Amino acid sequence: MSKRKTPGLNTGAMSDISFLLLTFFLLTSSINTEQGIPRKLPPPKADDQEETQIDVKQRNVLNVEVNYLDQISCNGEVILISELKEKAKEFFANPTNSDELPEKVNKPIDGIGDYAVSKGVVSLRNDQGTSYDMYVQVQNELQRAVNELRDETSLQYFGKKFSVLDSAAQKAVSTAIPMSISEAPPMDYGRAGE
Amino acid sequence: MSRFKSNEKKETPELNMGSMSDIIFMFLFFFMVITTMREASLKVHFTPPKATEIQKLEKKSLVANIYIGAPINKNENTLPPGEVSVQLNDQTIKAEELVKEVQNFIGTEKESRDADDRDKLTFSLKVDKGVQMRYVNTIKQELRKNNALKINYAASPREK
Repeated sequence: MSKRKTPGLNTGAMSDISFLLLTFFLLTSSINTEQGIPRKLPPPKADDQEETQIDVKQRNVLNVEVNYLDQISCNGEVILISELKEKAKEFFANPTNSDELPEKVNKPIDGIGDYAVSKGVVSLRNDQGTSYDMYVQVQNELQRAVNELRDETSLQYFGKKFSVLDSAAQKAVSTAIPMSISEAPPMDYGRAGE
Repeated sequence: MSRFKSNEKKETPELNMGSMSDIIFMFLFFFMVITTMREASLKVHFTPPKATEIQKLEKKSLVANIYIGAPINKNENTLPPGEVSVQLNDQTIKAEELVKEVQNFIGTEKESRDADDRDKLTFSLKVDKGVQMRYVNTIKQELRKNNALKINYAASPREK
């Protein structure tokens, strides 16, 4: 009797239980979908106050308009979505200091020193009938233009890409190349054709 | 000498199933960690637009979702002319109550967070890519009126 073995536990059912749990989590899980293009809305205007028209020089504004057929115009010129990034980059950077492109103001920035910050603002106007997809594409291209310029500046001053900089340096580069998009009230030409 | 006698009685050895549960548990923990419970079941069709410059939102707990898209069920409330629904929490909202409902939604979402976190609360607009901007503009105006200024246009990644 002393040689009797302890009976092995039957662990076959354990895998059943874990399969059950596994299936449950498989079905309820959605892999991190919380991603997108972050934006800030302008603060609400006070009731007693009209929206102030800030006088901006023509050269400092890039008018991007998207109509209800998802066609894009940039300062009155019809362009393709693939051309928008280069236009926006040229507009923000103004590499030749041209009179037609935005002015720059020298600003002292921590960690960079004096930097000629562009005064350019992209004025984005869409139609009520513009598809959301095109709207996001336009936002994406503008963001891409700014991101590429930020990368270039980061490489120049810090020798690294913008995304791997520490937060202080990121803040400095963001100040040097601001993301300035102003959204104009939408037009509504699409409705006329309905 | 029957050194090589055939062993007729030999059984096929049983597979050791002990480590299977280890593997399953590994899967289980993987899915448990990456999982996020969907608080509300979707009432609208939602296919996010694709973009390259997307960023991940920092904290999932500081995100409130607003879904806009074509209704899955025909009985859902829609905005005129009746092709697009707006879903807050688990309900689609009526057009005439839109202003009030959005205000309530923003209020309750802000209240359910700590005072320190209220400014960091992001409203993620999960809009179907086929939706016209007029609906998005309406919601954006309401958000702006109610001082909910941090927004996010939900998008899925695409190759450059």
